[in-house]
Amino acid sequence: MTALSGEFGAYLALILVGFLPNEIWRWLAVIFSRGLDEDAEILVWVRAVATAILAGVIAKLTIFAPGVLATVPTPVRLGAVLIGFLAFTLIRRSVFAGVIAGEAALVLGALVFAP
Amino acid sequence: MSAPDQPMSTLAAFRAGFMATWTSVFAYVLLGNYVGIGALSHDFGFSITWTLVATVLVWAGPAQVILVSTLGAGASLFEVAVAVGLSGVRLLPMVVSMLPMLKRPGLRSWKLVLPAHFTAVSIWVEALRLLPAVPRESRISFLNGLGTGYGVCAVAATLAGYYLAAKMPTLISAALLFLTPLAFLMSTLRNVRMLVDRLALGLGLLLGPLFAYWQVGLDLMWSGIVGGTAAYAVHRVREALR
Repeated sequence: MTALSGEFGAYLALILVGFLPNEIWRWLAVIFSRGLDEDAEILVWVRAVATAILAGVIAKLTIFAPGVLATVPTPVRLGAVLIGFLAFTLIRRSVFAGVIAGEAALVLGALVFAP
Repeated sequence: MSAPDQPMSTLAAFRAGFMATWTSVFAYVLLGNYVGIGALSHDFGFSITWTLVATVLVWAGPAQVILVSTLGAGASLFEVAVAVGLSGVRLLPMVVSMLPMLKRPGLRSWKLVLPAHFTAVSIWVEALRLLPAVPRESRISFLNGLGTGYGVCAVAATLAGYYLAAKMPTLISAALLFLTPLAFLMSTLRNVRMLVDRLALGLGLLLGPLFAYWQVGLDLMWSGIVGGTAAYAVHRVREALR
């Protein structure tokens, strides 16, 4: 923490650079959604944009991994996502199966291909 | 639960939402994810109270990871705000596409502020799945109940992660952080039914890292606008040819 220090400063920083820059999007959404009903055509586009951003977050978290996740080699992370996807597709489109398979692949892969 | 066309009392709807938390796979993903975030916050030297307040106020996993790791590493406040703000852009289209499901004639806008705050990826995905079966008059209370349930999970997990941090092996911490991309991917896959959403997902997966690699500023926003618009254009062309 550079500009703000101490207990009070830490909370002020949380509000100013953690809460507000994130929450502003939710408030703007409340304003923008006025007068829109559930079947509005523009929502098809809005949902597509939301889905594409979310997909971007997923791919970025996998490829440019944060924190200690970066200690697992990139090919192992990519392989684990692929295995999770295959398990999801093969086992009745179960989110649970996909997550478990992907996690298992990550841990095993990290142990086998430890740098 | 009462029949879909019969309005429930506010409390009953809140309770139904709160109970729906525990049968949702996301509650458990959230647990693991926030254990990871609690541990991260501990490692960067934030106090436990600050960490819990951050979980409740920020209420978005990626934003909190970015906040803790950049602020903790001593980035300037401006840089932190920009990074957090960019990760939050995805919330705008999410909330815009969800709120119309909650609305009814004569509803005051301020009643939507709390449901909007609760909206994060997990709630968005679960709300799109669960809300259609809830009578319209009860949807806001249902969503507030669901959000509160998720909040309880996240706060408990943050607390556990904070105190377990010192004892956690690196590989376990890594596996917990890996829960986010895995669960986001699977649940989005489960929710996509129309071609336009499937295309948007595929394009986003491709464009996100590509734009980041080319160091295009605001890469997530652009991957959303470019990927989402391209997917929508294909959808329109197909509709026109039909």
